[in-house]
Amino acid sequence: MASVKFEKASRVYPGGTTPAVDQLELDIKDGEFLVLVGPSGCGKSTSLRMLAGLEEVNDGAIYIGDKDVTDVAPKDRDIAMVFQNYALYPHMTVAENMGFALKIAGIAKEERAERVLEAAKLLDLEDYLSRKPKALSGGQRQRVAMGRAIVRQPQVFLMDEPLSNLDAKLRVQTRTQIASLQKRLGVTTVYVTHDQVEAMTMGDRVAVLKDGLLQQVASPRELYDRPANVFVAGFIGSPAMNLMQLPIVDGGVQFGDVVLPVGKEVTEKSSASKVTVGIRPEKFEVSEHGLPATIDLVEELGSDGYLYGRAQVEGADVNLIIRTDPHDHPMAGDQIHLRSTAEEVHIFDTESGERLN
Amino acid sequence: MTNLKFLSATAEPALLDLPWQLALEDWPEEKIAALPKGISRHTVRFVKLDDHVIAIKETLFDLAKREYEMLRDLEKLEIPCVEPFAIVSGRKTEDGEELPAVLITRHLKYSLPYRAMWSQGIKEQTAKRLVDALALLLVRLHLIGFFWGDVSLSNTLFRRDAGSFAAYLVDAETGQLYESRLSNGQRENDLEIARVNIAGELMDLVASGKAQEVDPVAISQRIVDKYHSLWKELTEVQAFAGDERYKIEERVRRLNELGFDIEEMRMERAPGGSEIKIQPKVVDAGHHQRRLIRLTGLDVEENQARRLLNQIDEFALHNDPDADEEMMAHKWLSQEFEPVVNAVPRELRTKIENAELFHEVLEHQWQKSNELERDVELLEAVQSYTDEILVNRRDESAYLGTTTEMITLPNPVPSGEYVVDEEEGDWRDLV
Repeated sequence: MASVKFEKASRVYPGGTTPAVDQLELDIKDGEFLVLVGPSGCGKSTSLRMLAGLEEVNDGAIYIGDKDVTDVAPKDRDIAMVFQNYALYPHMTVAENMGFALKIAGIAKEERAERVLEAAKLLDLEDYLSRKPKALSGGQRQRVAMGRAIVRQPQVFLMDEPLSNLDAKLRVQTRTQIASLQKRLGVTTVYVTHDQVEAMTMGDRVAVLKDGLLQQVASPRELYDRPANVFVAGFIGSPAMNLMQLPIVDGGVQFGDVVLPVGKEVTEKSSASKVTVGIRPEKFEVSEHGLPATIDLVEELGSDGYLYGRAQVEGADVNLIIRTDPHDHPMAGDQIHLRSTAEEVHIFDTESGERLN
Repeated sequence: MTNLKFLSATAEPALLDLPWQLALEDWPEEKIAALPKGISRHTVRFVKLDDHVIAIKETLFDLAKREYEMLRDLEKLEIPCVEPFAIVSGRKTEDGEELPAVLITRHLKYSLPYRAMWSQGIKEQTAKRLVDALALLLVRLHLIGFFWGDVSLSNTLFRRDAGSFAAYLVDAETGQLYESRLSNGQRENDLEIARVNIAGELMDLVASGKAQEVDPVAISQRIVDKYHSLWKELTEVQAFAGDERYKIEERVRRLNELGFDIEEMRMERAPGGSEIKIQPKVVDAGHHQRRLIRLTGLDVEENQARRLLNQIDEFALHNDPDADEEMMAHKWLSQEFEPVVNAVPRELRTKIENAELFHEVLEHQWQKSNELERDVELLEAVQSYTDEILVNRRDESAYLGTTTEMITLPNPVPSGEYVVDEEEGDWRDLV
C-alpha cells in the first residue's frame, strides 16, 4: 500500500492550447479513498489516466509511495484498474478465475493459492472457490471480478466511472459494496465520477475539478459546509445551493427589507459593490421580513418538502429552492419572505468566485 | 409498443415485425437463428431477417448509441468491424414494463468466433494465427487513435484468409477514439489487457477439455511480440547515409509486403550533414486488396488478395509476359478463377467464400501433384477437392457457433437463471 502524490502535474493534448489538467497538486494518503469529481471535460479522467500511465505527463511529476512513476510503464506501476472489463470464464472455477492472472505473471502455485484464499475470505467467497461462476449470484460474480484485482495486491486501486453502466438500483448497491470493501482492504483508492452524490457518499475526501483545475479537495462534510468557491458551492449538494448577487450595505448585505449582518472583514474583501450569497435549501426560514419570494410549485416527498419559487432581487427574478416541513408549508402562489442567518450563508466574490467568509 | 423508436441508417421494414415487446430471452424459437450457449455480459441473440442474419444485444440506450456511433466511425475509417445496423429503444412489455434498448449489428458473412475453430480439432498453430490476426487488427486500431479497452478473442470475429485469418472487431463498447495519437501507455495498456484476456480465454478452452495442446501463457505473450514488431516496422524512424537512397524504396517494399501502403512519409536531412531520416507518417492497410480490386473487381481479404495476385502474375508470365496487366487479370479471371468457382456444385458453394475456395483448391492441387508425382490440372483439382474435402465441410456462411461463453462485469442488465454447478474438487490444484 502506498500514498499517491501529484506534484504540479499537467497534461496538454497535442494541438491543444489549454491544459486538460493544469498543475494538479494532490496528496492522497495511504489507505485513503479519494474521489475525483467534476463535470464532463474537467480533467478528472485524464488525471486518473495520468496516474495509471495512460496519459503522458507533460509537466510535473507523479509519485506512488516514494517512487517517481512519471515515466514508468502502466504495468510496472503496481496499480489495478478495477472493474475494467473483467470477464469470468465459465469452465474455470472461482479460484481459477481469481488467480489466473497470477499464473501468467509467473507466481508460484503456493503463493497463488494463498493470495486467492485471502481475497476470497475478504469477499465472503471462501465456500465457492471450487464452484464455477454460473453457480454464483450476480453480486457474487461481481465480487469474483473484484477478487481478480485484489489478488494482484496492488498499491493503488483506480476506478474510472465503474458504475456508469449500471442501472440505478444496481448502482446504489454496488456503491455501498465498493465503499465497504475498500474500508476492509485499506488499499489506497482513486475513484472518478461525474456524480457528486456518488462522490459525497463514497469518498474519504473529494477533489473537485473544473476546466483542468483543482477547485478544492476536502472531506465531503467540509465541501458541503465550506465550499471554497462559487463553482464548488453550486456543484456539491442536491438540490443545489441557491446563489444570488446582493448589494453590500452598511452593516452587511441587503437581503430584501432586512440587512444580513455580514461582518465588515468579509465585505471589505469583495472586489465589487456586490457579493454572491449562497444559501442551502435547508437554511432558509419563512419569516415576516426578508427576501420577498413567490412560490411556484410545492413538492412533498414524505420526509421532506421542497418549495420552488422566485425571489425578486433588484428587479430581477432569481430561482430558489427551499426545503420545508412536508406537513406545514406555504402553498403555490403564496408571496412569502425568506430569512437566513449570517453564520449559515456563504459569501463569495462576484468577480473571482472565491469564498470570502 | 407506442413509443418504440428505431434508429437506423437503412430502412428495413422487416425489423418492425420482430417481437420487441418480449425480453430477448423469451423470443420464440422460430425467430432465433442460433441459441448462444453459456452466459454473456448482455443477452445476445442471432435472428434471421429476410435473407441475412442480425445480432441483437440488449443493453442500456446510452451504451447502445455510443457503440453504434463508434462502429460507424470505425467503418468510415475502413477498420474491419461488424456493421452497425440499428438501435431499438422505448421497448415495453404488454404490461407496460420497460425493456432494455437493443443494439443490432449485421452478422459478418463467413466469419467465425474463435471457439468455433476448436470444434474441428485445430491445433496450436491455429491459436497462433488467430493471435497474429488480432495483433494486426490492434495495430490498425492504434494507428487511427482507437483505444479498445477490451481486446480479446471473444470480442473479435475471424474470417479465413488464405491459410491465415483476418480479424474483425465486434465489441466497441469500451472503446474510445482519440483525435490525437495514442500514448505509449494507452497502447501498452491495451496490449496488457489483450495478453491477460487471451490467456484467460485459452485457459478456459483448456479447462473445457478442448485445445489441450495449447499453451495459453506462451500464446498470449505472442500478441505482445507480434504487435511490437509490426508497430516498429510501421512507425520507426530510420536513418541512413545520403548515398543510400535505395533504402527508402526498401522500406516501402517491406511495408507493402506487410500489406500496408504509405500515404505520407516524413523525410528529414540533418542541416549540413548528409544523413537522411525517414518515418512513415500515414500508413494504410490493404495494399494487396486494393490492387486486386483495381485489377479484377474482386474484394477479398489481404492474404487472399496476395495469393490471387501471385496467380495473376504467374498466369501472365506463362501466357504473355509483355501484355497489359489489367488485360491479363481479366483473362485470368475468366479462364481460371471463374471456371474453378463454377465447377463447384451450387449447393456446396455457400460453404466457403469464393476467394478462400480458390486458395484451398490451389493448395489441394499442389498436394495432389506431389502425391501423384505429376501435374494436376486446375479443373481436375477442383473436382477432387469438392469430392474429398468440401462435401465434409460445415457451412460457414452464417456459422454462429457459440457466442462468447463468458460473463464480463459490470453487468448492466442482469438477467437469466443460474444453474447450480455441483462439480467440486480441490481448487488448489487449479489456480
